[in-house]
Amino acid sequence: MELTLWSYEGPPHIGAMRVAASMDAVHLVLHAPLGDSYADLLFTMIARSAARPPVSYTSFQARDLGGDTAQLVKARLSDTVARFQPQALLVGEACTAELLQDQPGALAEGMGFEIPVVPLELPAFTRKEHWGASETFHQLVRALLHGRPPLDGAADPAARAQAEGRRPRANLLGPTALGFRCRDDVTEVTRLLDSLGVDVHLVAPAGASPADLARIPDGDFNVCLYPEIAHDTCVWLERMFKQPWVRTVPIGVGATRDFLLEVGRLTGLDPEPALARARTRLPWFSRSVDSTYLTGKRVFIFGDATHVIAAERIAREELGFDVVGIGTYSREFARELRALAERIGVEALITDDYLAVEARVAELHPELVLGTQMERHIAKRLGLPCAVISSPVHVQDFPARYAPQMGFEGANVIFDTWVHPLMMGLEEHLITMFREDVEFHDGEVPQVQRSPAAEETTAAPQPDTPAEADAPRWEPEAEKELRKIPFFVRGKARRNTEHFARERGLSQISVETLYEAKAHFSR
Amino acid sequence: MSATSEECAAVSGPEVLRQRGERQTFCGLAGIVWLHRKMQDSFFLVVGSRTCAHLMQSAAGVMIFAEPRFGTAVLQDRDLAGLADANDELDRVVRELLARRPDIGTLFLVASCPSEVIKLDLDTAAARLQQGHEGRVRILAYSGSGLDTSFTQGEDTCLQALVPVLPELPAGQRSVLVVGSLADVVEDQFTRLFDQLGIAPVHFLPPRRAAELPPVGPGTRLLAAQPFVGETIDALRARGAELIAAPFPLGVEGTRAWMHALAAAWGVAPERVDAVIAAPAARAEKALARCRDWLAGKRISFLPDSQLELPLARFLAQECGMQLGEVGVPYLDRRVMEPELALLPSTTQLTEGQDLEPQLDRLRAERPDITVCGLGLANPLEAEGLTTKWSIELVFTPIQGFDQAADLAELFVRPLNRRQRLAI
Repeated sequence: MELTLWSYEGPPHIGAMRVAASMDAVHLVLHAPLGDSYADLLFTMIARSAARPPVSYTSFQARDLGGDTAQLVKARLSDTVARFQPQALLVGEACTAELLQDQPGALAEGMGFEIPVVPLELPAFTRKEHWGASETFHQLVRALLHGRPPLDGAADPAARAQAEGRRPRANLLGPTALGFRCRDDVTEVTRLLDSLGVDVHLVAPAGASPADLARIPDGDFNVCLYPEIAHDTCVWLERMFKQPWVRTVPIGVGATRDFLLEVGRLTGLDPEPALARARTRLPWFSRSVDSTYLTGKRVFIFGDATHVIAAERIAREELGFDVVGIGTYSREFARELRALAERIGVEALITDDYLAVEARVAELHPELVLGTQMERHIAKRLGLPCAVISSPVHVQDFPARYAPQMGFEGANVIFDTWVHPLMMGLEEHLITMFREDVEFHDGEVPQVQRSPAAEETTAAPQPDTPAEADAPRWEPEAEKELRKIPFFVRGKARRNTEHFARERGLSQISVETLYEAKAHFSR
Repeated sequence: MSATSEECAAVSGPEVLRQRGERQTFCGLAGIVWLHRKMQDSFFLVVGSRTCAHLMQSAAGVMIFAEPRFGTAVLQDRDLAGLADANDELDRVVRELLARRPDIGTLFLVASCPSEVIKLDLDTAAARLQQGHEGRVRILAYSGSGLDTSFTQGEDTCLQALVPVLPELPAGQRSVLVVGSLADVVEDQFTRLFDQLGIAPVHFLPPRRAAELPPVGPGTRLLAAQPFVGETIDALRARGAELIAAPFPLGVEGTRAWMHALAAAWGVAPERVDAVIAAPAARAEKALARCRDWLAGKRISFLPDSQLELPLARFLAQECGMQLGEVGVPYLDRRVMEPELALLPSTTQLTEGQDLEPQLDRLRAERPDITVCGLGLANPLEAEGLTTKWSIELVFTPIQGFDQAADLAELFVRPLNRRQRLAI
């Protein structure tokens, strides 16, 4: 058993639902107890979908367990196919049904439906949501492309497009329902490819039908937009259909440029005109003197691997932050993240334990947390500014406005989103100089209305200072001096000074110790 | 659950159509969302799967807590291998939790579908753990699984777990116990009215702190404040308490009948009740009149969700002049519903249980002016042009008593009002 207060991912059948709900003419039958239909409201409420997800549940209850639950599955399967008439049927189990072992997939295959039936193995006690989505997408694509030979010349998109006298065309793979900003990322990447002279052949799973999936090999190459969902499918398509795929995820200015270069290499198109025409404000905004105060801000980054890897590069190369910690809950991409962490000299945190993330944030005491909805909880508790960069997210991160993360407009969105929770430079100076202002309290972020972080900092005692047994004692004068340090670096200063004092065996911290520690750590 | 009685509907009130099939409703775990706010010294530890944890945070996740008062012990592969092992694991998790949260006074172990299917006995585990942590924390178990409970039934099973540990009311004394969680403001209003009637002591279950449990005994008169506490009522009756049959305190008439039933059982003259409630009842009627203009003549249907459907339908028909379409209930609990059934128009189409798709077909054919349903269906039905009122709000909002009667009606006015306002 694992004590879980918040979980980063749902069970794997939620991933299967995300794939089904993204697509047209696909239906998922889930063997699940009464109550598991709660998941519908992720789609209808959080993503504000106007349609019910195409998912039917067996909704078994205690009284059904004595009887024939397999019969219940069969009844739901035939009712569902008759009523919704999908082009393909997905069949899976939620965790409780996995324990019953009714084999709904095998039952469905034996029922003589005239459509492709894809049984899903979703091990609910070992795997999670992203794995479930990736597996479902992969199995569906496999089932629909079963027995198809690769096309001639598939390995060379440039030659193939040229021979047919048309623009190269790409499949965008990975966007799903409930994915972070998938809707607008697809629009942005489509524009980006168009600027290069590449057409989008199809997008999947979002918006695709089974008939569309069957056309995947007709695309010249695949763009793996969300590796958590589409990596395995891209690898399989490369193996079976010789389709090359684009590795770079275009989040951030640098990554977007690299993306255009990579697609250029693959298609034989010259990326220079597209790069020259690129319109993005992030580089100028980040160079303008107003942003100087962002230099060296200490950030902690957590989320799915794709968004964390992208955010790390933006933070360091494009905003001039110091990345003091990175981590992910995507175990499937732990190796990539560990390698990255090693390159930038920090320790990677690979965990789905919210309490472990909280402990790391408290230990590092960054000035900005970039994370998920869960890191908002942590940041609130610790009184730190926070911006959301990855799912899981709540309803406010499925906005009405155009808000991509990818491409050049995505970079604009990211600049605004990340800088917003930080205190503006001038206010930062004023608070350092004048500590007794009646309106701009210590820890207040005046440009943000009722910032929860600010409330927490002023109301609660410093939560970053657990009373350790061997902690050196602060002399009243030194404590007073510490209060003069701006609140967003005060936690760090306190820890550094205590660390410094402990190392030297000091039991008391004086004003002198504080400044000696400051000099020591600023080398 | 004996709640879903299979015997034929031969008693009073409208005919009942029984349905089985696909269900669109929460399981009983959802009750934790309000119970953990009500009993502020309690913690709810679900023993279940990642699905259970996901449900909890999807339902309550929009609230950002510095320290949530619920969590899940998520079963892993190795827990499914052997039961003894699972018990050791549970002990460890509880130890970890109590170390992290020394402020917890009462810990509820909440069973889920997976824990019930693998037959992990949480009652025994609670007793064992209670001995280990004697004095510091009370540990109880109940089921919130979808196998046993739907939505608000989770409160019933939770309160039922409290019944055996309620202190004994001294012999010869009498008291009133109001059963079913009410908003604090509503409790205070009722307490003032009971005071004026000279009815005391009055206790509430659940209490605001799980440490302050109300006494129960043969002198206890039970008054159900919520329609989903049937099993709790039975358990309290087994301890000698007596149920006062009454409709639920929704609307002016419901509250009036509820107060009168209590007064009659306590031996207070009806004239005195009328005098005490005259002022609040009069101002409630006045406030309600404004809502009636919106609601009168409008047709309303209920999809089964919270068990509040019957008293709500009664209030909306009787006091707001609405026409009733199909009224769906998750289950019909005659132990507490008889007085409500007697007040419903005899032509009401009552449906117990659910077969989702055919029920939606009936709804689409009927096209009521407003439909009460859960959040999984509300937006899709709105997109089909039906006006909806999402039902979960009715469990989270103060709706009982005189001074909330107009607020309750307003919950149904608002979607109609909104539809009329929006010009786009």
